[in-house]
Amino acid sequence: MDLAFMAETFVRLLEGLPLTLNLAFTAVALGVVFALLLALMRMSGVAVLDWIARAYVFVFRGTPLLVQIFLIYYGLGQFRPTLQEWGLWGFFREPYWCAVLALTLNTAAYASEIIRGGLQAVPANQVEAARACGMSRVLLFRRIVFPIAVRQALPAYGNEVILMVKATSLASIITMMEVTGIAQKLISQTFRAVEIFIVAGAIYLALNFLVSRAIMAIEWWLSPHLRHAPVVAPPLAEAAHI
Amino acid sequence: MQPISYFELVGFGPNGWGLALLTAAGMTLAVASCGFIAGAVIGTVVAWGKLSRSLIARGLADGYTTVLRGIPDLLVIYLFYFGGSAALGAIGSLFGAEGFIGVPAFATGAIAIGVVSGAYQAEVFRGAYQTLSRGELEAARSVGMHSWLMFRRVIAPQVLRYAIPGLGNVWQLVLKESALISVTGLVELLRQSHIAAGSTRRPFDFYLTAGALYLLITWVSTILFQKAEDRSLRGIRRAA
Repeated sequence: MDLAFMAETFVRLLEGLPLTLNLAFTAVALGVVFALLLALMRMSGVAVLDWIARAYVFVFRGTPLLVQIFLIYYGLGQFRPTLQEWGLWGFFREPYWCAVLALTLNTAAYASEIIRGGLQAVPANQVEAARACGMSRVLLFRRIVFPIAVRQALPAYGNEVILMVKATSLASIITMMEVTGIAQKLISQTFRAVEIFIVAGAIYLALNFLVSRAIMAIEWWLSPHLRHAPVVAPPLAEAAHI
Repeated sequence: MQPISYFELVGFGPNGWGLALLTAAGMTLAVASCGFIAGAVIGTVVAWGKLSRSLIARGLADGYTTVLRGIPDLLVIYLFYFGGSAALGAIGSLFGAEGFIGVPAFATGAIAIGVVSGAYQAEVFRGAYQTLSRGELEAARSVGMHSWLMFRRVIAPQVLRYAIPGLGNVWQLVLKESALISVTGLVELLRQSHIAAGSTRRPFDFYLTAGALYLLITWVSTILFQKAEDRSLRGIRRAA
């Protein structure tokens, strides 16, 4: 084990970290919006919307992410003249945007099921109580349904975020130089797979540890009713009698 | 020249890639199955470690699942692909061989999938073991079964029964992960599509076909696992 080499590798790999974070953050942020839309389509009660969302989730969860990335990055090249005509070629030519698009579409499919589960776990009697108080639909969603659903869905959603951080590594296959891309380049230059693997793995582990801690912190913050009541100091007047 | 139609392209005619794609899909199934079986063996050992009373075994097993589930699968594949070649090269140079020795891509793929899916299967097996009733294990011990017999007759059949839904999820992960093995050059479904796309300049048609074949495989798998689950639960009374 060559520590000097590993330190050097660490510095080189850190250069890829901004891109890894950028891909993961962009895909998760865009994906959650799309996922909410899909979940609402599933629960809309309109058969057409429901079936479109079902088919979408079935297709994107049933095929490998790498196939989706290749289909967008290489596959759409087949329609280059048409895309150029529509002014979209500038977008699909860039591996970055293709990776973001594929990751977003993929995470939306998984996250929509998580969000749907959360929304359906809201107890019916709480919704009824809120309606009895005369809350409007928007207020009911904002004050009752949304907070409860988020609390329910958060642990599963945290797993999905970690999966996305790991999935950004596939962008390296379409030439993006994020952490795995740089690691692969270093390995093929030096053939010191084990040392580079340890350093790159440690970076991803640290990243995912931070993600899971952040999710736990949000969970804690969102469930004050599950925490122990704070110990209230006795009033001074009472304490004085002791 | 008139471009040939989609169905001619992926069909079985003289210009068709149908047979190549189907063979490659078979390769995907083969490497995924071998990886899944290797993962079941690793998963069993790791689950045993997690449930063991020994602090060291527990620490090692927990470390294994945390690390393997926290790093990208692609890195693990690179480790075995390049690391394996380096190790083989070092052994080869002892015997006077020179230069790069490639590890067989199939073995690399199956091992990498096994190592990763082992971490997931360990969690599935551990969860299933914990649903076994303590009384049954005590009863087995009290009639004098030694641990191997108890494992074979009492633990394994019941753990497998409760693990089927979880194993179904892991199998889906493994199938999708097998697409990553294409980076090592193993001609499985995605790699074959890549080759066909390059030689015909019809990438969209081929990746779409590959996607459809993956979808077919995952869909059939879902049905089979559901059937297995239903069958394994014959004779078990479930509340509602």
